Amino acid sequence: MDQILEIMENDSRITVEEIAKLTKQDSKAIKRKITKYEKDGIILGYKTVINKELVQDEEKKVRALIEVNILPQKNLGFDYIAARIYKFEEVTNCYLVSGTYDLLLIVEGKDMQTISNFIAEKLSPMENVRGTVTHFLLKKYKEYGIILKHKEDDKRIAISY
Amino acid sequence: MNDNFVAKKVKNLAPSGIRAFFELVLGMDDVISLGVGEPDFITPWRIRETGIFSLEQGLTSYTSNKGLYKLRLQISKFLSRKFGLDYCADQEILITVGVSEALDLAVRAILNQGEEIIIPQPCYVSYGPVVELAGGVPIFVPTTEENGFKINPKQLESACTKKTKGLLLNYPCNPTGVSYTKKELEAINRVCKKHNLVVISDEIYGDLTYNHPHIPYPMLKGAKEYTIYLNGFSKAYAMTGWRIGYACGPENIISAMTKIHQYTMLCASIISQIAACEALHSGKRDVARMKQEYNLRKNFIFSSFNELGLKCIEPHGAFYVFPSIEQTGLSSLEFANRLLAEHKVAVVPGVAFGQDYDNYVRVSYATNYSQLKEAIKRIKIFMRDILKRNRFEYNKK
Repeated sequence: MDQILEIMENDSRITVEEIAKLTKQDSKAIKRKITKYEKDGIILGYKTVINKELVQDEEKKVRALIEVNILPQKNLGFDYIAARIYKFEEVTNCYLVSGTYDLLLIVEGKDMQTISNFIAEKLSPMENVRGTVTHFLLKKYKEYGIILKHKEDDKRIAISY
Repeated sequence: MNDNFVAKKVKNLAPSGIRAFFELVLGMDDVISLGVGEPDFITPWRIRETGIFSLEQGLTSYTSNKGLYKLRLQISKFLSRKFGLDYCADQEILITVGVSEALDLAVRAILNQGEEIIIPQPCYVSYGPVVELAGGVPIFVPTTEENGFKINPKQLESACTKKTKGLLLNYPCNPTGVSYTKKELEAINRVCKKHNLVVISDEIYGDLTYNHPHIPYPMLKGAKEYTIYLNGFSKAYAMTGWRIGYACGPENIISAMTKIHQYTMLCASIISQIAACEALHSGKRDVARMKQEYNLRKNFIFSSFNELGLKCIEPHGAFYVFPSIEQTGLSSLEFANRLLAEHKVAVVPGVAFGQDYDNYVRVSYATNYSQLKEAIKRIKIFMRDILKRNRFEYNKK
C-alpha cells in the first residue's frame, strides 16, 4: 500500500504538508494523489476512532453479530441477496464468509429489542434467508487493530544515553 | 569514610559532567523527552509471550556459559542468510548481557596494560571508561561535521602508534546516526590491516538503517580474522530491558571473552535468551514496521531542525540526529538546561559524547509523532526567543 495511505489510515487529520515532510515528497504531488484516491473511491471518508465504551450518553448502542444462512437461488447470486440485506441502515458491516453460514452481519440498534425486531421483522422473513444465529456483543477489547484501553504511560526512564 | 576504600582506577574515571542535568530531567513531570536512548516501542507481544511461556515451563536455570546453543545457532543462520557471514555457533559466537557486556569483554580480552584503543568521537559514553578500566588507553579521534562525523584513513593512520591494539567503531553511530559506505570502510580497513589492529565493531543499530545498506565490518575482505562483531536485540527488536547481546569473532578471542564472562557473568538470563530466539524466529515483520516508523519520524525531525536553523546531517540509521546549536551562542549544557526549564523539552548535551561537541545536542526521535510535533513547536518558540535576545545584546554592544 502507498505510504501516504498508510499514514492517513493511522491519522486522518494529518495535513498534506506534514505528510510531505514525513515522506520527503512534494506536497503538491501528495495533494494530487489524495484527490485521485478520493475520486477513485480508495479513500472513502475520514473518521475518528472513538472508544464508545467510555462515552457517557443515552444513545449508547447495542451491537450484535448475526450469522445468516442463505438459500441460493437460480440466477440470483449472493451479491443480490447481500444487497437486499446491507441496505438496511441497522446493518453496519456485511461480509460473505466461508464455513457453516454465508453472511456475517454486524447490526447496531438502540437496544436489544430493536435488534430483535429487526431480525424478526426484516431479516428472518426474507425469502432467501434460511436461518440466523445472533450473538450480542458484551464487551469490546480491540477494534481495527486498536486496543480499547486508556493509553499507557511511557515506562522508559526519561533520559538515557 | 576511608578514601582508600575506592580503587584509584575508578576514582580517576572522569565524572560525567551532565549527571546533574539528567537528575533534573528525571525529577521533572510532563517533560517531552527527546533524550531517550531506547525505542519507544514495547517488545512485540509474540516475543514477550514467549518469555512468559518459558517461565511457565519452569525454564529458570543457568544456560551454558556461551549461551543457549539454539540461540547461537539461530544467530549463526541469521548472519549467514542476511550477509553471507559464516560464524560457527559452537566456537565463534558468545551470548552476552547486552552489547555493553560484550564490549567490556572484548576490550578486556584483547588489552594488555597501557595498550591503546582508537575511538572516533563523538561516541557512546561508555567507550572511554571501559577501555580505561581494562587497563588500556583510549585514544579519541574527534571527527568533524564537515567530514560527516566519520573517521577517515588519514586520521586513523596518524593516531596509530606502537601501542595501538585496536579500533573501536560504532555505526550507525550513537549520537550522530551516521554510518559508513562500503568504500569508506574498505579504506579504513586497509589501515587496520597495515597496523595489525583488532577491530571492535559495535553494530547494535545495524538493523535500523534508512536507505543505506549496512555493511557489517567482518564482511570486508580479510577482516573477519581480526574483527569482533557486536550486535544484540535491544534496538531493532525493542528489547533493551531483556539485556541480550552477542559477540562474533575469531575462535581464540571469543574463547578468551568466554573465560572472563564465565567468571563474572556466568551466563545471560535464560528467559531473555529464549525470548531472543523467538525474536529471530518471528520478529522480522516487527522490525520492519518499527523501522518504517523511525524513517518517517527521521524525515520529519531532520527537515524540521534544518528549518529551525539547527543544522544537522541526515542520519543513515539509529534514531538520533545531532544538530549544531552554534548560532544560539549557548553551550550544549546551557541549551539543554534552558530548553528544559523554559519549555520542558529534554535533549542530551553534545558534550556528553566528547569535549569537542559542546556546539551540538543529541535529539532522539524514538518518541511518538505527536510528541515530536509538540517538541518541535516548543523548540521553535525557544529558538525565536534566543535569537531575539542575542540580537538585542549584540545591538547593545
